[in-house]
Amino acid sequence: MKSRFLSGPYVLWMVLFTLIPLGVVFYYAFTDSVTGAFTLANLGSMVNYWPIFLRSIWLSIFATVICLIIGYPVAYFIAHCKPTTQRLLQMLVMLPMCMSFLLRTLAWVALLEDTGIINNVVMSLGLESLPLIRNNGAVILGMVYNYLPYMILPLYTVLMKIDNRLVEAAQDLGCNSRQIFSKVTLPLSIPGIVSGITMVFVPAVSTFYISQKLGSPDTILIGDVIEMQFKSAYNPNLGAALSLVLMVLIFICVGIMNRFSDEDEEGMVTV
Amino acid sequence: MMKRLFSLLLCALLLLPLLPVRSNAAEPVTVNLYNWGQYLSDGSDGCIDVIAEFEAKYPHIKVNQMTFDSNESMYTKLTAGGSSFDLIIPSDYMVEKLIEEDMLLPINHDNVPNFQYVDEAFRNPSYDPGNVYSIPYTWGSVGVIYNSAYIAEEDVAAQSWDLLWNEKYANKILMFDNPRDAFAIAQYRLGYSINTEDPEELEACADLLREQKPVVQSYVMDQVFDKMQRAEAWIAPYYAGDYLLMAGENEDLRFYRPKEGYNLFVDSICIPKGAEHKEEAELFINFLLEPEICGGNLEYIGYSSPETASKDFMDPEVAQSPVAYPPEEEIAIGTSFSALSQEATQYMNALWLTVKTADTATTVYLILTIIAIVLVIVLWLLFKVRRRKEKARRCQKWKTQ
Repeated sequence: MKSRFLSGPYVLWMVLFTLIPLGVVFYYAFTDSVTGAFTLANLGSMVNYWPIFLRSIWLSIFATVICLIIGYPVAYFIAHCKPTTQRLLQMLVMLPMCMSFLLRTLAWVALLEDTGIINNVVMSLGLESLPLIRNNGAVILGMVYNYLPYMILPLYTVLMKIDNRLVEAAQDLGCNSRQIFSKVTLPLSIPGIVSGITMVFVPAVSTFYISQKLGSPDTILIGDVIEMQFKSAYNPNLGAALSLVLMVLIFICVGIMNRFSDEDEEGMVTV
Repeated sequence: MMKRLFSLLLCALLLLPLLPVRSNAAEPVTVNLYNWGQYLSDGSDGCIDVIAEFEAKYPHIKVNQMTFDSNESMYTKLTAGGSSFDLIIPSDYMVEKLIEEDMLLPINHDNVPNFQYVDEAFRNPSYDPGNVYSIPYTWGSVGVIYNSAYIAEEDVAAQSWDLLWNEKYANKILMFDNPRDAFAIAQYRLGYSINTEDPEELEACADLLREQKPVVQSYVMDQVFDKMQRAEAWIAPYYAGDYLLMAGENEDLRFYRPKEGYNLFVDSICIPKGAEHKEEAELFINFLLEPEICGGNLEYIGYSSPETASKDFMDPEVAQSPVAYPPEEEIAIGTSFSALSQEATQYMNALWLTVKTADTATTVYLILTIIAIVLVIVLWLLFKVRRRKEKARRCQKWKTQ
C-alpha cells in the first residue's frame, strides 16, 4: 500500500509529461498544419525521407557495434579490478558525461577540422591535410565518443555481479579460459549487452547536433530534419509525424534485438 | 524511515518547476530583447557596452538579451508562443509579415523623440508606412566574402555569385542557412525578382541550390564568423556589416557586392504583441537612437547607420567605409525583400527542405538494409532449427533415461 503511495508522484509525472505529450505528438502527426483537419499526408510524405531514415539507422548501428567492441573489454577489465580501483575507473568513465554534450562535440570539431589541431600537426610535418571531418566516419566517431559510457556502465554492472563461483566451477570442470568466456561470462552478460545496445542505439539514431557539427550537408540525419521542422520550416505536424515514424522504427529495431537475446538465454539454460 | 522521507522529498522536488515564480515589486523591471547574434555592442575591444550604459542611466530597468540567427527562426519562436519578448529586431520583409499577421504593437512615438535623428531616406518605408510598428536600427547589404590568400584573382574578377558554385573550391564554400537569403542568391543568378512567387521560378532556384550542394561545406548563419576567420572556409555569402567584424580578425578577407544584384535590407526594432514592459522597451529604443549611442554601437557591429548624425561619433574610417556605405551606382543595383504570401513562403520552405535533405549516396544504405533483413531472417530460421534440434535431443535423452 505504502509503496503505491510513494509511486504516486511519479505516475502523475508520467501521465503529465510523457503520456499526454505523446498524445499531442499523435494528434499533430495526423492533422494538417494549416487547417488542423485529419490527414494522412504527413505520414505519406515520409517516403521522401526514407534515405535519411536509413542513413540514421545505419550510422547508429555502426556506432553501437563499435561501442560494444570497445566497451565490452573495458567493462570486463574494470569489473576485474580491485574495488577501490573499480570506483576510480568507473568515475573516469563517467567523467566526460559531466561536461556538456555540445562542448564535447565542439571539441571534436576543433580537433578534426581542416585547420584543426590534428591537421595542423600533420601539415607541420609537411604532409597533405587529412579529410577527417564532414564525412560519415566523423559522425560515427562523434556518436561513439558521446555514447560510449552508456555502453560501458550497464556492461560493467552485469559483469561485476557474475558469481565468481560459476567461473571456478567451469574451471574445475575443465573449461579453458576461452570456453569460460563463451559458455559462462558471455551468456550471463547478455542482459547488460542488450541494455547497453539500447542505451546507445536509441539516442544515437535520434541525435541531431553531432551530424550538424561533424557531418557534411550530405550526412544529414533524421534528427536534423525533425529539428528543422520546428526551428526554421515551422511545420510541427510533419515534425511530429517524423518523430512518430522514428519511434516505431526504434521499437522494431529494439524488438528484433530483444527477440534474439531471449532466444540466446533460452539456449543458454540447456548448455 | 530516512530513506522513505528522502524519496518523498525527491518526489516533491520533481514538482518544483510547476510552481510559478513570483516577482518582487522592488526588483528592477526586465526588458527582454530578442536580437541577432553579435548585433549589439557589448563593451569588448574598448567599444561601448550599450546594455550597461542603459542600465546605468535607468537603474530600475534591466535588459535581458537572447539571440536568434535568422528571421525565420525568430518568427518560429514568436509564433510557437511560450516566450515573452519586449523587443525584437526583424528585417524589412519580416516586419511586413509580422504586421500583416497582427503580431506587433504600435510604437508610441511620444516616447521615442530621438526618431528625429533618423534620416529621411529611412523614414516611412514601404514595409511599414509611417513607422507605426518599426524603428530602423541598421541597414546593410549582402555580398560575397572570400579569403584572398586562397582564392585566385581570376576567379573573383567577374564579381559574380558564380563563385559560390565554383567546383575548384568544393568543400570550402559556405551557404546561408535560411531559405529567403539562399533563394535570393539563386534568383539573382537566374535573373528573377527576389520577390517572385511563381512556383516554376522557385523550383528552378531550388534546382540551382541543389546543384550547389556538393560543393557546400555547410549551411551556416552565425558560425560563419568562426569558420571564415580561421580559414576553415574560404568563400561565404554574408552581410556586409559582419564582414567588417570578420575582417578585423583576419586581414586576408575581402568583400564584393555581385554585379548580378544583391539584397539591401533594413533591420528594425519592433515591439511584439504580448510584450510586458512596453514603455520601458520604448525607452530602450529611444536610447539606441541617441546619435552617440547609435554611433558607438554601430561602429562595433559594423552595420550601416540610418542616422547621419551618429557618424560624428564613429571612427571616420568606419563612417566612410565603402563596404558599409556603398557608392550611389552600387546602391542602384541592390534590391529589397518584401513579404511573400503565406503559400509562397510555405512553398519556398518546402523546397528549401528538399534542397537540404537531397540525398546523393542512398544505394549503399539500401543494399546494406536488404542484406541486413536477409541476415535477420536467416538467423531467425537458424535459431528455430537449432531450438527444435535441441528439444529433440532433450526428448531423446529423457526417453533413453
